Amino acid sequence: MMTRKELDLWVGLFAVLGIGAMLFLSLKVANLLSSFSSADVYPIKAKFENIGGLKVRAAVKSAGVVVGRVGEIRFDNESFEAVVALNIDSRFQFPKDSSAKILTSGLLGEQYVGITAGGDSVNLKAGDTLKLTQSAVVLENLIGQFLYNKAAEGDGKK
Amino acid sequence: MSGRVVELIRELGARIVNSWVWRLGFACRFLWITLKESGPSFRRFHLTIREIYFAGVLSLVIILVSGLFVGMVLGLQGYDTLVRYGSSEALGVLVSLSLVRELGPVVAGLLFASRAGSAITAEIGLMKATEQLSAMEMMAVDPIARVVAPRFWGGVISMPLLAALFSAMGVFGGYLVGVRLIGVDEGSFWSQMQSAVDFREDILNGVIKSAVFGVAVTWIAVFEGYDAPPTAEGVSGATTRTVVESSLAILALDFVLTALMFRGL
Repeated sequence: MMTRKELDLWVGLFAVLGIGAMLFLSLKVANLLSSFSSADVYPIKAKFENIGGLKVRAAVKSAGVVVGRVGEIRFDNESFEAVVALNIDSRFQFPKDSSAKILTSGLLGEQYVGITAGGDSVNLKAGDTLKLTQSAVVLENLIGQFLYNKAAEGDGKK
Repeated sequence: MSGRVVELIRELGARIVNSWVWRLGFACRFLWITLKESGPSFRRFHLTIREIYFAGVLSLVIILVSGLFVGMVLGLQGYDTLVRYGSSEALGVLVSLSLVRELGPVVAGLLFASRAGSAITAEIGLMKATEQLSAMEMMAVDPIARVVAPRFWGGVISMPLLAALFSAMGVFGGYLVGVRLIGVDEGSFWSQMQSAVDFREDILNGVIKSAVFGVAVTWIAVFEGYDAPPTAEGVSGATTRTVVESSLAILALDFVLTALMFRGL
């Protein structure tokens, strides 16, 4: 029979291991600490005609580097556009005339917002809206446009 | 003729009421008494520590080894499929999500039921068969507070830790096979995993699942032990029932919890 001290030691070791596994899962697998928390981000807005398959928590990248996350997506019933709130890490500042695009990583990858820096000397502040945006590429529209162009070409040749 | 049919229906009803409804009601009452009498298992925490040792520490080896192998198999199988679509970097996402959301809690729960649950049932059942429980009552020691509650809490505390260890070992196994053996890029393995796995959505829901399974398995185990007919045959039957019932309970609860958590029902 084990003494109580030995028992305590083993159970303590077990608890440490188990909590360590939980920490590993939250920190290394889910990356809890370095996902941008609300404390050190500033929100900006961007209006898009069409956001395609963009989702909340999608990455916001500039020059390929993740600089923030998509916070909220809603529909503006006055301009009939999608309003996307972007939470940008406050370490990164962008000029006021920067532009946002919805891009796709790879051919079938997930969609993200790409920010291209402009040349203005004034930086974006919290709550500002990006003026220049480019919508997501929707495959159906692209095919429709292609067919339309082909048809127009055919008409021209006649 | 109609008399025999009525007799048959009556017998069926009696069997269902006696072996299912009655036992379910007794099990619920038993859980309530266990919870009410669990004060001593926290005031005299060494009783619970002893049970955590038997349920948790002694299950470590089987949990760690099977977690490692499940992760390694996921790595191999996942790579085989993903490489066809040219997205073998998503291996980390596949391994970690399937482990954290499903396989970790469920497989750890099944192993826990057969490793620790059956042991709890056999122990309590044998105590009952050898009249140790009655002897305790004779000495004014409540067997539920002294024997059942510490085992219950020991299992409930051990299960989430074991499931977390299973998932962590599985991710490590997937990493070993994917990155070390096959040669998937290490950076994208981890970074895609980190961007896909959410703390609240995935990790926390997995922990909640494993806690629910822990309660279900240990409840069934202590109840079956306490309810076992005090014979050798009865104890062996109760042990078998523990494993069968808790495996079914885990799988059914898993469906319900998954529907609630991930589908937003």
